[in-house]
Amino acid sequence: MSGVHDIGGRPCSEPIQLTEAEDGIFKHGWHARALAATLAAGMLGKWNLDASRHARESLAGDEYRSLSYYEIWMAALSNLLVRSRLVRKSELSDPGSAENLPLRASAARADRIAEILNRGSPTARDIAATRRFRVGQRVRARCPHRNRFVDGGHTRLPSYVSGRTGTICRAGQAHVLPDSNAHFLGERPEYVYSVRFPMSELWQSDAEHEADEVVLDLWESYLEPA
Amino acid sequence: MSSPNDSEQHSHHHVLPTEPALRAAALEAVLVRKGLVDPSALDRIIDHYRNRVGPRHGAKVVAKCWVDREFREALLANATTAIKRLDISGRQGEHVIAVENTPEVHNLVVCTLCSCYPWPLLGLPPGWYKSHAYRSRAVREPRGILAEFGVELLPKQRVRVWDSTSEIRYLVVPMRPAGTEGMDETELAELVSRDSMIGASLAESPGVT
Repeated sequence: MSGVHDIGGRPCSEPIQLTEAEDGIFKHGWHARALAATLAAGMLGKWNLDASRHARESLAGDEYRSLSYYEIWMAALSNLLVRSRLVRKSELSDPGSAENLPLRASAARADRIAEILNRGSPTARDIAATRRFRVGQRVRARCPHRNRFVDGGHTRLPSYVSGRTGTICRAGQAHVLPDSNAHFLGERPEYVYSVRFPMSELWQSDAEHEADEVVLDLWESYLEPA
Repeated sequence: MSSPNDSEQHSHHHVLPTEPALRAAALEAVLVRKGLVDPSALDRIIDHYRNRVGPRHGAKVVAKCWVDREFREALLANATTAIKRLDISGRQGEHVIAVENTPEVHNLVVCTLCSCYPWPLLGLPPGWYKSHAYRSRAVREPRGILAEFGVELLPKQRVRVWDSTSEIRYLVVPMRPAGTEGMDETELAELVSRDSMIGASLAESPGVT
């Protein structure tokens, strides 16, 4: 079953709403606070970006659909904080009950923020493995598209390409495998390929225009020779 | 933490206040009291995304690509390295690929699974980019979306949609508009909007802005 977040290609007749945030960046002051709290808590190193995405995707379906973007972030952050035992549930309901503690050594200090954000966290890794695929090769995206390590776990293979055949248009570097990393099972880096799928392969006779195509970046284990 | 069902059954955020602004304040209060975040670090993060990154960085890259042949080749070969030379790098832009619009191909970027976007080049994504409507529709009816954005494709242009499924982020290099021959990089950058670097718009023609 596809996750609630896996919505590429799902029928939707809503127009794109082009309303802009008042300051062009944050629609409400609390959006900025929610973003900052999420990034700063992530800098403690207790989880990674894949785990963070997984926490957002694991919210109940009706919640994921009804909560706004930064509300989803806050819900996921609360769950990560409690599950990592950094915060107790009782402290979320009554922040005043939390013990006042000095700043942890692992917390990012203000004077290091620019450097941390400008550096980011590259996910490319050098690996010795031989590539399984080459540019121009026809490949099929794995079907079903589930996580191989954890039942119902995180994956970056969208359901709309699962079982579809495409052509490799770029053979890139190896990157940390989200399916493993999100569940703290190690980085297990794999080569990532850009794979081109014709619209006609994805949507058959419903394709909007036969000359158009979609390109996705897919990890080697998401693919099999076609 | 091994099963995702776990998290659905043990969601902890319901104990927070219902009003989102109060929820954000409660989360921040707990984090600060427990010494988990430095309160002035939060202000620095907000300042970074409000004032230090934004589409002007991407526009500078595009304008340079239009006028500097060597830079264009470097950008298309390895955008990560090319933009680093302009001091552009960072979170959500660790690995970048630049894709060029041509009379044959129009590129459009989406992230169907979440909201991946090249932050160091374009800043934080606009609301529409994160919307369920855009995420659902972009890979299925990009021409319908482009029409809503007022983009008119050339008769022979194919649409290539890039779904940002990995940590690679995409920058669309729009086509240089006609009538810009004598313009310098600074003037050209003014014509490059945020949306044109997602593929949801074209670069503006001189005199229109």
